[in-house]
Amino acid sequence: MHDILQEIDRWRGEGRRVALATVIRTAGSTPRPLGSRMAISDDGQMAGSVSGGCIEGAVFEEAREVLENGVPKRLDYGISDEQAWSVGLSCGGTLEVLIERLEPEGAAAPPASDPEST
Amino acid sequence: MTSVGATFDDLRRLVRAEVRATVVTWVGPASDPAASDAPSPLGRRLIVTSAGERLGSLGSTEIDRRAIAASAEATESGIVTLATGEGEIELFVELLQPPPKLIVVGAVHVAVHLVHFAKRLGFRCLVLDARAVFATAERFPHADELIVAWPSKTLEQLPIHDETYCVFLTHDPKLDDPAIAVALRREARYVGALGSKRTHAKRIESLRELGVADDLIQRIHAPIGLDLGGRKPEEIALAIAAELVAVRYGRAE
Repeated sequence: MHDILQEIDRWRGEGRRVALATVIRTAGSTPRPLGSRMAISDDGQMAGSVSGGCIEGAVFEEAREVLENGVPKRLDYGISDEQAWSVGLSCGGTLEVLIERLEPEGAAAPPASDPEST
Repeated sequence: MTSVGATFDDLRRLVRAEVRATVVTWVGPASDPAASDAPSPLGRRLIVTSAGERLGSLGSTEIDRRAIAASAEATESGIVTLATGEGEIELFVELLQPPPKLIVVGAVHVAVHLVHFAKRLGFRCLVLDARAVFATAERFPHADELIVAWPSKTLEQLPIHDETYCVFLTHDPKLDDPAIAVALRREARYVGALGSKRTHAKRIESLRELGVADDLIQRIHAPIGLDLGGRKPEEIALAIAAELVAVRYGRAE
């Protein structure tokens, strides 16, 4: 996260929309640990990574759609999923990624839920 | 009750502040079984800091409560499944850790390169030397902190935790040895000291005189760094950086 914050801050400072992809599940041999992140700006810039380079292109394409319509997506990539996603991991592992669009900078923080109030 | 997840700005602030926290993110299903017409709950976040501060909500106080209970048991990041009356919810529990810290004692040439490598590897880097002529901002523009002070005294006061790595490079036993004693006693994750076998033998004697126990002395990485064969300052720095990574992931003790 640390490694891509600077870029994300810069893009958002320029008024760009930014999507964030996070590795949420891995199985077998995968090159990047859980919680690895890649950020994508709406003018096509990229920072960070979610794999060793095998699926970044596909995630980038999916992220463009998320940037467009704001609907988050959960995607599953694996070597056996070539039919479904036309990309696979050369290392033989599988991984799942959540892609979300970040709210504009400075969006009001919601109130924390209060267990006593309901 | 209309509650929303914590914002990215919340997360960003905590990462910047290097706070320990648990981030719980809704990752499935894509529609909220309790409110199917609401916007997709994917990415909805609840954050709990180690200080107990709570940000955002996963949608209901009941889910929040159970998510917090489930994530309190988590020792590493991963997906947790909660069964609810409306169906199962998958949550990605992520443990947010502050970055590892590198304290370099001795603002020497090797240190300039070491800080370069360590920064790229995600370490927060602090450079410490009593000699103002070495420890200058011109030489260390890339360090997170630069302290000109007596190393052993400063090490007594700095926060040292289980992700603090201490490297001693001054070549001066007067500066190095008392500071090494402090790092060992305070249980830094890594203590490495530059110097030949002969230097290290003398160092062991002086540490014993300082009252440091042998089992602590044995924790010192000396000769410092993985054996890569290089002798140039940047090569030694790389060998040290490589050893830090190996220790961090349990491949060298």
